[in-house]
Amino acid sequence: MDKILKNSLGDEGTTEEPQNEKDNTRKISRRRFLGTVAAIGGISLIGSYKDASAYKEFTGWPNRYGCLTDLTECVGCRSCEEACNEANNLPKPDVPFDDKSVFNEKRRPTVQAYTVVNRYENPKDAGKPIYRKIQCNHCNEPACASACPIHAYTKTPEGAVLYDPEKCFGCRYCMIACPFYVPAYDYASPLEPKIVKCVLCYGRIKNGDMPACAEACPVGAITFGKRSDLIKLAREKIMKNPDRYIDHIYGEHEVGGTSWMYISGVPFEQLDFPANLPKKPLIEQTKGFLSAVPVVFTVWPALFGMIYAALRHREELEKEKNQK
Amino acid sequence: MGNDTLTRTENFRSWFMDKLLLGMSWPEYSRNLITPFNIAAMLILSIGIPVIALRFIHGLAAVTHASDEYPWGLILGWGLFGGVPLSATGFVMATAYYIFGFKRYKPLVRLGVLTGFMGYFFAVVYLLTDIGRPWRIYYPMIVGFGTASVLFLVAWHVATYLTVQFLEFSPAILEWLKSRRVRKWATMITIAMTIAGIILSTLHQSALGALFLLAPGKLHPLWYSSYIPVFFLSSSIYAALAMVIVVSTLAARFLRKATDDTFLGSLDKLTIGLGKGTCVGIYVYFALKVIGIAHDNNWALLGTPYGEWFLVEMLGFVLLPALVLTYGVKKESTGIVRFGAFYAVLGILVNRINVSIVAFNWNLPHHLSHIVPPWQEVVIVLTLVTIHILIFRWILNRMPVLREHPDYKESH
Repeated sequence: MDKILKNSLGDEGTTEEPQNEKDNTRKISRRRFLGTVAAIGGISLIGSYKDASAYKEFTGWPNRYGCLTDLTECVGCRSCEEACNEANNLPKPDVPFDDKSVFNEKRRPTVQAYTVVNRYENPKDAGKPIYRKIQCNHCNEPACASACPIHAYTKTPEGAVLYDPEKCFGCRYCMIACPFYVPAYDYASPLEPKIVKCVLCYGRIKNGDMPACAEACPVGAITFGKRSDLIKLAREKIMKNPDRYIDHIYGEHEVGGTSWMYISGVPFEQLDFPANLPKKPLIEQTKGFLSAVPVVFTVWPALFGMIYAALRHREELEKEKNQK
Repeated sequence: MGNDTLTRTENFRSWFMDKLLLGMSWPEYSRNLITPFNIAAMLILSIGIPVIALRFIHGLAAVTHASDEYPWGLILGWGLFGGVPLSATGFVMATAYYIFGFKRYKPLVRLGVLTGFMGYFFAVVYLLTDIGRPWRIYYPMIVGFGTASVLFLVAWHVATYLTVQFLEFSPAILEWLKSRRVRKWATMITIAMTIAGIILSTLHQSALGALFLLAPGKLHPLWYSSYIPVFFLSSSIYAALAMVIVVSTLAARFLRKATDDTFLGSLDKLTIGLGKGTCVGIYVYFALKVIGIAHDNNWALLGTPYGEWFLVEMLGFVLLPALVLTYGVKKESTGIVRFGAFYAVLGILVNRINVSIVAFNWNLPHHLSHIVPPWQEVVIVLTLVTIHILIFRWILNRMPVLREHPDYKESH
């Protein structure tokens, strides 16, 4: 580091001397430029080499927000659905939000609803059914975003996964990739179909508010906060009430972790949560393949070019032989 | 002056008759158009084109069962995932002929390249029918670069490879148009284009499989494998060889007028040779698939209902065609080899439909009732197949593909 700094200082020194000569200013300014570049390059190298790692890993934006749904608290009042509908200016549903008949079937998020609540039988207490809220889980490394060929998805530092319909051409690979079956698509629109999904009330959290559903919940089943704090909270709850909860925070590790997490009194697969997901982000599954791409581009021409040349060589030899 | 116009009109008339009407006059040509095949084709188009129009008037919801759980259906399962491996013919035949020096296969090289070009072109047509805003098809090239996406790679490679294949086929078009000088330029880039074709095909054939790597929770573990890109690439190679047998068989049977003696005379021998190649290709693929099961230790799953269907695919649609082909090659029977090739092509379609439709979302309730397409979707596929065949036939009848152009004999 010293040496590099000295060099660049030395260069600066020389610039003082021959200022009058037009010819030299150019040379010197180039030298000075090179010196500066070397200095900057050297400093940045030295400055970072200690934490340089051969294993590069993105563990998510440090201060991202998220939500924790406590499935043991939810009473199935559907206030969250209603609040979401209003906050996001979604079309009014055919069945009003206080109608409990919707629980007779299992629903999923649609182009009309970012979030829905489903009812499940409680194996511990038949009189107290379990309700499960579904919405985008806002993965740390979203599969939808890694699937999109046009980069229409963004994982914001705040945690929300956002989609830009202005870029989308409607291939629906994000829907194939999403492990939670979240994105919905406007199949009835012939010319302007788009993906619809929860945005974690991005506008509201930017203003310091919490997502509409979390605010509307009358029993406090949805806690909004920094993801790291939510994990601590979930652990604490599980530790204090080992009979009430199973020892699993869904979303802490699933597909590399999600911003929206859940704790429950019954195993998650009984509530239709996918139980067969890897702990690594899904993008890891395609990394190996994609890293082979440049290798093929560089090695194949040489390899097949050589085969071609070898055969031409043999042809020539045979021709020569025949001429003799 | 008047004379000049007259000669020009006469020149155009004879050019038109020669190039487009196969040397016939209008009345003669239109009489020739009335064949049972053409009547059937017109019937299909008269139903199918309005159905395709419906997709652009009322959306995909009106013509497919596509849903939020099932984003991709028969249009892509057949047209993209089934169509692309069967279009590897261009790269496989060009590589065999230009790079590896299988010079005897010359009569089939152009047919392979044209089959490939048309296949890719139509894969794009199926895609344009299916995606939401087809006029944005170029967006991955200009608007946003999803470099972490396998589909980004597929988009770029299919677009580039379509261009490469057009250039590879262009000598035939230029011979047809009698453009000697441009043709010479077009042939100078053959080797470069062939190697470009190998690179692009290696990558996007495997990429179509790699697309599913993102969905380990959705694709059944017997079909999901970290080897899936290799499975797709390896099967596309034998698919291509079998497809050349299929297309050349059909051409020799139905387009005899467009062929020449070199083509017809060498076809039997070349069919046996291609059959041999297909055999090797299938056995390699079969071995890879077995390694795939062993790698993930999925043996126990073979006893489940999906495992049984997997065995039907592996034994009935991969191994059995290979055995048929082996027998045909041993007996030197072109008939058996041809049957085996049709069978192998069917096997490829079964595999791609299995991956993209049958084994996808296998763990959702009522899955099997979702995979049956509505009649409209089937009609769309049939319509596009018909248009594909009509254009293919139009080209084969006019351009020197199944025959050598007399002016350019021995010049490749």
